[in-house]
Amino acid sequence: MQWKRKDLLGLYDLSAEEITFILDTAAEFKKVSERRVKKVPALRGMTVVNFFVEPSTRTRVSFELAEQRLSADIVNMQAQASSLLKGETLLDTVKNIEALQVDLVVMRHSATGAQNFIADRLKCGVINAGDGAHEHPTQGLLDLFTIREKKGGFKGLNVSIIGDILHSRVARSNIWGLLKLGANVTVAGPSTLVPREFEEIGVRVCHNLKDAVADADVVNLLRIQHERQNNGFFPGIGEYASHFGVKSSTFDFMRPDVLIMHPGPINRDVELAGEVADGKNSVILEQVTNGLAVRMAVLFLVAGCRK
Amino acid sequence: MSELLFKNARIIDPARNIDQIGDIAVADGVIVDPGKLNSPEVIDLTGKILSPGFIDVHVHLRQPGNTTAETIASGSAAAAAGGFTSIVAMPNTSPSADTAGAIEYLRRIAAEQAVVKVLPCGNMTKGGKGEEMAGIGSLKSAGVVALSDDGKCIQDHGLMRHVVEYAKSFELPILDHCEESTLASGGVMNEGKWSVLLGMHGIPGAAEELIIARNIIFARQINWRIHMQHVSTRDSVDMIRRARAKGIPVTGEATPHHLSLTDENVKKFDTNYKMNPPLRTEDDRQALIEGIVDGTITVIATDHAPHTETAKLVEFDHAPFGIIGLETALPVCFTQLVASGVITVDKLIPKLTTGPAEVLGIKNYSLAEGNAADITVFDPQAEYVIDKSKFRSKSRNTPFDGMTVRGKINLTVVDGKIVYREGC
Repeated sequence: MQWKRKDLLGLYDLSAEEITFILDTAAEFKKVSERRVKKVPALRGMTVVNFFVEPSTRTRVSFELAEQRLSADIVNMQAQASSLLKGETLLDTVKNIEALQVDLVVMRHSATGAQNFIADRLKCGVINAGDGAHEHPTQGLLDLFTIREKKGGFKGLNVSIIGDILHSRVARSNIWGLLKLGANVTVAGPSTLVPREFEEIGVRVCHNLKDAVADADVVNLLRIQHERQNNGFFPGIGEYASHFGVKSSTFDFMRPDVLIMHPGPINRDVELAGEVADGKNSVILEQVTNGLAVRMAVLFLVAGCRK
Repeated sequence: MSELLFKNARIIDPARNIDQIGDIAVADGVIVDPGKLNSPEVIDLTGKILSPGFIDVHVHLRQPGNTTAETIASGSAAAAAGGFTSIVAMPNTSPSADTAGAIEYLRRIAAEQAVVKVLPCGNMTKGGKGEEMAGIGSLKSAGVVALSDDGKCIQDHGLMRHVVEYAKSFELPILDHCEESTLASGGVMNEGKWSVLLGMHGIPGAAEELIIARNIIFARQINWRIHMQHVSTRDSVDMIRRARAKGIPVTGEATPHHLSLTDENVKKFDTNYKMNPPLRTEDDRQALIEGIVDGTITVIATDHAPHTETAKLVEFDHAPFGIIGLETALPVCFTQLVASGVITVDKLIPKLTTGPAEVLGIKNYSLAEGNAADITVFDPQAEYVIDKSKFRSKSRNTPFDGMTVRGKINLTVVDGKIVYREGC
């Protein structure tokens, strides 16, 4: 197939074929990353702006490295350093960036749909590096890539996502991608953080850790944010850890070959005990490695549309 | 003053139970016996519907404070183009309409510049902050027709109870924006399937329903009129239905957008689908229509809320709530409710005339001889595409642009004067 989208905004928009195409492309770039010389000239002469209107370390570093390895010219903009603080609208800011003849904007924003809003109004490509609780497509894709690499495929695979589903863009991108590729998806956690409405799109919703993990081929843990406790979504980190945290004893009712995943950063001993994060079932650091290949693939494909 | 003779119109006059083809005569600003005219301008209205002028009990004119978005002049011109002869101006201007002076300012500008009747509504509390009661007696003396803290809702139930009791002694109806703030805070759309799928902060229906329940209790205990603004959920409609069946003096309004759109529209992140209360589910929309059909909802009001393009052309989370509605109300409602066969047109007209008049305590709102000649004429057959670039309003924040509709306003007459005329 040929890639036809000028933007990557979310996995909700993509077909199974498009997702598979990105994963296949990423597999090729992963080979590049394993060579002694890791740089290719694919984006030479192109300019990418990393525009982060919400703080990020690991996603930004991963994108930056991916861009460098594709030989792109890079500019980094943080919200604090941008004119948004001076009262300029987001649209004016990105139009100014575009006027500098930039080819791609990689953007993170705290507001759901901010990237969709600007992508419709810009000629340059927009890659979503996370918008509100909406989508984080490259994280979803790197999770899919890792699952495919380890489990061979998705049909009939049981994937459980556990944690603060309500506020998680990672969960949503994973859900859309997994459903399209034929996996069975379970979301689990306290009912205040796991809305029943997900059942309407064919996702199993459960509020009990044992039920959530018993048949799972993959368990993907999400970070629990302390601020949710202050907003009354659950009584405390300790109670969360004891009822929903995955620890060694959870293996009493998990499959021995279960894949343990986490998008990071981990709250050790809250959603995931240290010994499990570091254990033989964990692929957490491989996810990070794969993220680089997936982001190279996405940048390469979206940039290819500019010709 | 000039004389007008409207001939061959289908006259729908709900207060007098009239629905017939006939003539209406106007002289010196009032409706008269056609036999008494000398040399009137004759306007043939064959095929058109003529009714008492529409009343909108829920309009934001933005003056003073945000005259880039709307002014009393432009908002009243938009009202005329939408067939509204009277509009109730919400007090959440800047500064708020919470003093006699602010009301006098509004009335003076309206007298100079407005082409329709601008009926002032005063705040229930100072600055609409929900903390201290406003000078309700002075507001009444200055000419307010109702009280509201629209845009906000008094959270202190003790204060609300006193406001209702006090308003009763001045015979001022309460128009309440029903929203419990701890549930609604931070929300940008309906809480439900679509907020969950989109990852947006939701406003649950319960935020509205809790306050409607409260208001029903106060209306019963105090025996005074409380009108629920922009009702949006099935449970709200159910509660109002039961309350009215018991004779409790509550009324409810529905907006054209809540009657025609749902929260699924938000998935495109177009901020013209962001309003408060938010667009709800299809089931809620159906419940509002059922309320319109069975008489639970007696008023259609626009919640005309102008915002500049600059204000709306931002991230969905950061956009202000609200859309304009004066110039789209009749065609949207006619298309959704009448052309689709849900109700007949004689059931729609009262929601725009006698229903709102009753909320304001206006008696005998009809085309009876001697009454002010406030008249609206529209063509129930005309089909056209809504074009926001033609609006009289200074703002363009509407989700209905480009929609094909039926029902076109032809004529708006205020006190016997034609203030809008198009296609007749």
